[in-house]
Amino acid sequence: MSAPRVGAAPSRVTGTVILVVVGLVFLVPLAAMFEFTLRVTGKTGVYNFDHYGSIFHPDPALGVDYSPLFEGIQNSLGICAITVAIILLLLLPTMLLVELRYPRVRRILEFVCILPITIPSIVLVVGFVPVYQTVAAVFGSNAWTLAFAVGIIVLPYAYRPIATNISAFDLVTLSEASRSLGASWGTVIVRIILPNMRRGVVSAVFLTIAVVLGEYTIASFLSQNTFQTALLLISQRDPFTATIFALAALVFAFVLLIVIGRFGAIRPGGRERPTRSERRTAAAAAAPTVPAAAPGRAS
Amino acid sequence: MTTHSTTDSLTRAPRSSVSSAAAGAGATSARSGRRRRPSVAWLGFTPFAAYVVLFLAIPAVIAVASGFFTADGVFTFANLKALQDPTIVKAFQGSFVVSISSALLGAVIGALVCFALLGTRADGLLRTAIDSAASVLAQFGGIMLAFAFIATIGFQGFVTLWLKTTFGLDLNANGALLYSVPGLVIPYTYFEVPLMVLTFMPAMEGLKATWGEAAATLGATRFHYWTRIAMPVLAPAFWGSVLLLFANAFSSFATAAALLSQGGIVPLTIKQQLTSETVVGVSNTAGVLALGMLVVMVVVMGAYSLLQRRAARWQR
Repeated sequence: MSAPRVGAAPSRVTGTVILVVVGLVFLVPLAAMFEFTLRVTGKTGVYNFDHYGSIFHPDPALGVDYSPLFEGIQNSLGICAITVAIILLLLLPTMLLVELRYPRVRRILEFVCILPITIPSIVLVVGFVPVYQTVAAVFGSNAWTLAFAVGIIVLPYAYRPIATNISAFDLVTLSEASRSLGASWGTVIVRIILPNMRRGVVSAVFLTIAVVLGEYTIASFLSQNTFQTALLLISQRDPFTATIFALAALVFAFVLLIVIGRFGAIRPGGRERPTRSERRTAAAAAAPTVPAAAPGRAS
Repeated sequence: MTTHSTTDSLTRAPRSSVSSAAAGAGATSARSGRRRRPSVAWLGFTPFAAYVVLFLAIPAVIAVASGFFTADGVFTFANLKALQDPTIVKAFQGSFVVSISSALLGAVIGALVCFALLGTRADGLLRTAIDSAASVLAQFGGIMLAFAFIATIGFQGFVTLWLKTTFGLDLNANGALLYSVPGLVIPYTYFEVPLMVLTFMPAMEGLKATWGEAAATLGATRFHYWTRIAMPVLAPAFWGSVLLLFANAFSSFATAAALLSQGGIVPLTIKQQLTSETVVGVSNTAGVLALGMLVVMVVVMGAYSLLQRRAARWQR
């Protein structure tokens, strides 16, 4: 670049230096985790993959029982499924109803859906404890009942990408056009609206999964065994396995979000290049942490 | 499940909007027509409304209200005295210190990263990767981040050992660094930076190239451009993000729970109150603490949305 730079963009060197330095600093804890999983107990400087093998063939001499971990993963997956169902069967139809029939309610719905961001999980937990005494009386105290509470925590993350998607296409015109051509409401929803909402719905579902798998506070207070609580439990007896699973979960979530990010760039029906504004929507959807857009409940 | 009612009511919904539009009637008449004759479609809100009332409204009200009742269910303001208890005052101080420091650190580092990202393609793989990594680290962390930092700067941590063998420097010389309240700033900053990147990037992208060109035409240097144009424009968004980062750190629980066994910050004190019966002197202290946290969050998020509205002016 020979022309003098104007505007905000940094020079190539400055930009690269910042990204490399911050990137390396951020990699250190992850690398440290990996290094830790390779360590051999009692010997410094010796590394092997034994801890990875021992997940499936636990050493009976150590007396470590991994079953809570696998049970926790199972419970978390069950909670994921029900939470996703809450989003798809309660939130999504409500949002469509608002859009099609009661646009004036939109602001109220948005307020309600973003509200859980403002209330720390730990505060909600104080209220969940008595509520769950009733829930346990009705449904029993199974792990899946946590999905009701987690569904609330997930609302902002699920609402955002769906709302962004709805504002990105002309839902009302499309549905009125198909209605005037004689389509029933069911047909309109299944054949016109939902295909256009693929991107938002997929983002919402993936984010829901990520949030559910990362949820710790509610599960720990309601004394349920989920992936996160099991990780903490196992780490006290066998930090190696706990760290292996933690690292695997981080990588899994990262790949999941890369997939949404790339998925967002591909439009249904073709591999067109997204325009700048569409790309923004996709990014906003993939990064739910944007506030009005919804901050991260980082733990 | 309950959703059936939603789809049904949608299907059965009168065709008023379509037919009136077809009849050439204006939107106003359609709306007033709808108002006169409340439709069954309203029932479609029932399942979601019931869910939100049962699992958001009721728990939130219970959480706050429980601070105003004695163990026997009698209304009282006496519980609020807990807020004067030295342990609790210290917990709030701890929370404020950790949240403010990690928010400021995270905001500055995150803003630098956003600045560096300005030079990259918005739809490139690098951006997607950074966006994804930021989302994972900002909201998926919790327990896992605690493990990462134990492996890094814990007693047997990678960096701890390396510093000891190479420079003879002991990170934990003054007691366990990571397992203390000030030590929380380190992992907290680690999840604040990605959150900053996610929230501040749109503001950075809102800086128009033409502003820089206009300034350059008028003879401004890059220093002038930054101090007179970019920074004033970015200021509301930056401080808004700082508030958001503060709120995020203030409410986070899992990382601290995995690292600290005793209290020291408000969420951990709530945990102690909920899980043990060692009461600080009054009952229902958890409710009082929840109320305190909520007040802080409402103030912070209110200020945040004000700043965000100002910031949005330049982002169109």
